[in-house]
Amino acid sequence: MDLNDTPEQVHYRAKVRAWLHEHKDEAPAAQGEDDAAYVQARRAWQGKLATAGLAGVTWPVELGGQGLGPIEHVIVGQEIVRAGVPDILDVIGVGMLGPTIIAHGSAEQKNRYLGPMLHGDEVWCQLFSEPAAGSDLAAVQARAVLQDDGSWRLSGQKVWTTNAHFAAHGLLLARTDADVPKHKGLTMFIVPMDAAGITIRGLRQISGEAEFNEVFFDDVRLDADAVVGGVGNGWGTALTTLMFERLTIGLGSESLGYQAERYAAAIATDEHARLDPEVRRRLGELCVQLLAVKFTGYRMLSALQQGQIPGPEAGLAKVTTVRAAIDAGDLIADVLGPDALDAESEWAYMISFLPGLKSAGGTEEILRNTIGERVLGLPPEPRLDKGIPFSELRAKERAGVAAT
Amino acid sequence: MNLELTDEQSFLRDAAREALSRVKTVAAAREALEDPAALPDLWPTAREAGWAGLLVSEDNGGAGLSAFEAMLVMAEAGRVLAGIELLGHLPASSLLDAAGDSRVAAVAEGDLRACFVAAQPPGDLERRWTVEPPSGSVRVDAPVLASDGTLRGRVAWVPDAPGADVFVVVATSADGEPVAVAVDADDVSVERAVRYDATRSLGHVSFEGAAGVLLEGVGAPELARAWFLAQSLLAAESLGAVETALAVSVAYAKERFTFGRAIGSYQAVKHSLVEVLRLRENTYALLLYAGWAYMDKPDEFALAASAARSSAGHALDYASRAMISVHGGIGATWEHDAPLFFRRAQLSRRLLGGVGDATDRVASELLSAA
Repeated sequence: MDLNDTPEQVHYRAKVRAWLHEHKDEAPAAQGEDDAAYVQARRAWQGKLATAGLAGVTWPVELGGQGLGPIEHVIVGQEIVRAGVPDILDVIGVGMLGPTIIAHGSAEQKNRYLGPMLHGDEVWCQLFSEPAAGSDLAAVQARAVLQDDGSWRLSGQKVWTTNAHFAAHGLLLARTDADVPKHKGLTMFIVPMDAAGITIRGLRQISGEAEFNEVFFDDVRLDADAVVGGVGNGWGTALTTLMFERLTIGLGSESLGYQAERYAAAIATDEHARLDPEVRRRLGELCVQLLAVKFTGYRMLSALQQGQIPGPEAGLAKVTTVRAAIDAGDLIADVLGPDALDAESEWAYMISFLPGLKSAGGTEEILRNTIGERVLGLPPEPRLDKGIPFSELRAKERAGVAAT
Repeated sequence: MNLELTDEQSFLRDAAREALSRVKTVAAAREALEDPAALPDLWPTAREAGWAGLLVSEDNGGAGLSAFEAMLVMAEAGRVLAGIELLGHLPASSLLDAAGDSRVAAVAEGDLRACFVAAQPPGDLERRWTVEPPSGSVRVDAPVLASDGTLRGRVAWVPDAPGADVFVVVATSADGEPVAVAVDADDVSVERAVRYDATRSLGHVSFEGAAGVLLEGVGAPELARAWFLAQSLLAAESLGAVETALAVSVAYAKERFTFGRAIGSYQAVKHSLVEVLRLRENTYALLLYAGWAYMDKPDEFALAASAARSSAGHALDYASRAMISVHGGIGATWEHDAPLFFRRAQLSRRLLGGVGDATDRVASELLSAA
């Protein structure tokens, strides 16, 4: 049982720390206004990190990465948090979409897109979820129709799109054949976000901030070479992205700030509350969960170091984190009173953010289904969509709605 | 970083599983509810496997292993509801080892069975060393060692007290300092308390002027460490029971059909079993934390062991109830094993300060450090 760095890791960490120490004055603030100037500063900082080899750590060397493992990726993340500087801006691009292009893209696509992505010259967004296709992602309805000249025409709507308002490109999952079962008629595309026919609208959350967007596509033209991974292979390509999404969330959880010590410190400032048995029980129970998540993270790292890929059970840590953080927000607001909900409070944003986080990356319910089936081997729910052409399925759904 | 089991740890676990599989412990747990004599004596198994000396240093005739290895064995015992007197023996053996007591070699061999008469260390609310009362929620003072070397006091619900050869008692000295005292069985009055879970050997222990041997070199830090070691062993034992409860429930959810499909395909059942898995994963991660802290991060051992105990208590409570529910009405009868796991959960969570005190200790440690 060993939580320490190996000698090679000690050396690598020291190197990373030294670079960050030397360059931290060049970094923008870790949090900033959501304006063009700040985004520009963050992109420039990403460029510096990339040049220093602190972005795309696990990417292959020939594609601009460092060819290192997940442990080194985590070491960089930890040192960035420690230095108090922001991480790369485009976590979604570099962590999830780039690796998808590396796995499924053509040589031309890799040459064209990966360098500018890594250096923050072109930010990316993920165009998968739709208003009626979230947990059931294969139900996407955005439609791309092949034209005689080999180009495509895209129409539909995407949602929960982080960074869409300043992204240069998006990776988009569209239906290209509605006459086959739903997982089979999908294709992945690279979409230029400045194309004619794209409308982007901010989606305000409980907190009042708009971190996500809705993106509308009205007869948008895509070139033939926009297809990633082959026509009709969109589902397999999307699964690669989702696997990297799980990894990105799992390995990045330390920087979320949902930590037992932080919540205890908030309660400790109240001389009465810290002696109250009920407050202590609630604090104890939620901190037990957060400490468990911390060591579950170490287990995951350890498994990665032995060359294993985390399975769906890694999603349980997300369930635990969100639940415990919700309990923490409740407890702190109960102790501090309405003040905790003030916009100036350290806690208001977290309290407003967590209900949505519960569904992010798949609802808790769908996670439990997946884990129950894939980890415990329990039988699936009977499904009404298996083997049915998507167009027929939609017709059935509409008839079902009409009958109620 | 490496949190995988080493080859030696895997071997220890597999050997424990194999050794315990030779005895029908779960069936015995049921029989013993009506006839305590039906409980098999597993101490010879423990001796043969070398578990008695697990935490005793090699110099003193033990295996010189650490808390995490002891937890692995406890988890195997918990998995099959085996009543082995390790919860009492192991913390006591580590204190005798630290003091270099003359009996330690015999204790490591298992020729002498030791019993830890624990006291809960002070926290930020309770400043005394306290022990379990016979009933009620108010904890009482630890036994007192008078200046003439005699020990007086009463401790209720002591795990593995009946039949022990030597008792390692946490007491306070005349000047209020916590001390450890070794007392021979002849000088101890033990009232056997067979309750609810027949596999759990418990006794109310009284000392009425018993002659005790003060264990030298064992002070407050070592006594606190022994208390939290006991917490983590109890947590590990519960983890094993959770794993059986989950496996049995999952197997049944796959083979039992209602309305034309396996009950495990219903979300209500599936999500409940995934909840057991979630609590299991959390508890295992915290046992790793406790095992690591015991060796490398002593300042965090109280926090880690208390968190593991709290998590394990909740996990087994939930798992045993889910086991009953998934099996339907039969799960609440003696026809099924589920009631045995429920009984185990109910009694375990109330021993050694209970899950409530462990949870409070987590808050206490974090608030004090803030």
